[in-house]
Amino acid sequence: MTAGSTRAAFTALLRRDLLALWRRRSETLNPLLFAAMVTVLFPLALGPEADKLARVASGVVWVTVLLAGLLTLDSLFRTDAEDGSLDQIVASGQPLALLAFAKILAHWLGAGLPLALAGPLLASLLGLRADAAGTLAVSLALGTPLLSLIGAACAALTVGLRRSGILLALLVLPLAVPVLIFGAGAVEAAQTGANPFPPLVFLAAGLALALPLSPLVCAAALRLQAE
Amino acid sequence: MSTGAFLSPPEHLGGAPFPVRYLFMSESDLLPPLLAADRLEYARGGEPIFGPLDFALPGGRVLVVEGDNGAGKTTLVRMLAGLIQPTAGQLLWQGLPFADSVRPPGSVALLGHALGLKGELSALENLRFRIGLSGVRGGLSLHGALASVGLEGYEDVAVRTLSAGQRKRTALAAMLLSPASLWLMDEPYANLDRQGQVLVDRMLETHRARGGAVLLTSHGLIQPQVSGLSTTRLAVLRA
Repeated sequence: MTAGSTRAAFTALLRRDLLALWRRRSETLNPLLFAAMVTVLFPLALGPEADKLARVASGVVWVTVLLAGLLTLDSLFRTDAEDGSLDQIVASGQPLALLAFAKILAHWLGAGLPLALAGPLLASLLGLRADAAGTLAVSLALGTPLLSLIGAACAALTVGLRRSGILLALLVLPLAVPVLIFGAGAVEAAQTGANPFPPLVFLAAGLALALPLSPLVCAAALRLQAE
Repeated sequence: MSTGAFLSPPEHLGGAPFPVRYLFMSESDLLPPLLAADRLEYARGGEPIFGPLDFALPGGRVLVVEGDNGAGKTTLVRMLAGLIQPTAGQLLWQGLPFADSVRPPGSVALLGHALGLKGELSALENLRFRIGLSGVRGGLSLHGALASVGLEGYEDVAVRTLSAGQRKRTALAAMLLSPASLWLMDEPYANLDRQGQVLVDRMLETHRARGGAVLLTSHGLIQPQVSGLSTTRLAVLRA
């Protein structure tokens, strides 16, 4: 007889979520397609002048990544709440914040990471210079996990509501504004020859703050919704 | 207004933490009961759902909670699983007030209305997640558990494509694998065919015989065929 260890529970949940993402991989790819389509809309709306597009490229990609990420947030805890696995997770008696972190990690690997990888590519389609695209890649690498952490806390808060789509967006977007400012600001700085380092440090600081905080918020919110 | 719990404690506890222990005079009963409720109440938004409720559930016992729809059976099961906090009264786990620190991970197995299975994963993958989450009882393999609930050959089929009864059986296999000493089962007979109901009875008997305790809810239509059975009724409090 083996009692469940916390590490085993963490890996089991991470594995299960990643496996479920893989089984629904066509669905998992949809946010990427969405991001690509939104990016394509900008040259159509703004006109094809290369200068203008290159100037807005980083901002466009950041907004696109943010919106595409929003699409994936609602199902983060909702599917578990609906099929009863959230009850199993809470009732298991394992540290809930850690298990919430496993879910956030799986969410970032399934949604945030692909978007972070695609972002620089989309930006160079809009004519962003290679060195600035490098800064964009770093800012997305720091910013997308931060967005996942912020989004997860909001998703956990709204999981008890029947439909939370728009409400979730209204909650997440204001909180995501600093991420957007520092993320796009770093690339802007790189483009104009300024030092892109300070905004990136702010992103890293935000990430360091959200890493322990967000799982705790998620755990408290999930316990409340179980009632 | 106390409902007819199978062991109502005396009016005053008389200094003894668990008067119940003196009513069973076998060796195992010298321990405090696995789970005990002490004037347990729950109200939602000021409206009483059930209680005050007293019961003691020692190892080797099966307690059936009966009640009509809306009597709060599911709420009670969720409370015992630690998902809901009582509004008054307290729950005791082996004599100590309920908390995660008192109840080690994997000591309670829950079979709810929602079975906690991922439709896109196979039965085997779902079970693998469960034993990772709360540990595993020795001497039983994943395949063995699925075979003993009659799902041999369905190991790698996505749970989504299984019938309601087969999904229930998958969840029962997770109960078999769980190292928990307390089983909480909300309507375990729902969706099951005759053989499935016999299977549940057999599972209850085995669990009971090895000293485990079971609390299950029922509309009262199907009576579990096991020894060590007692019944308590939840009254519908709302008019």
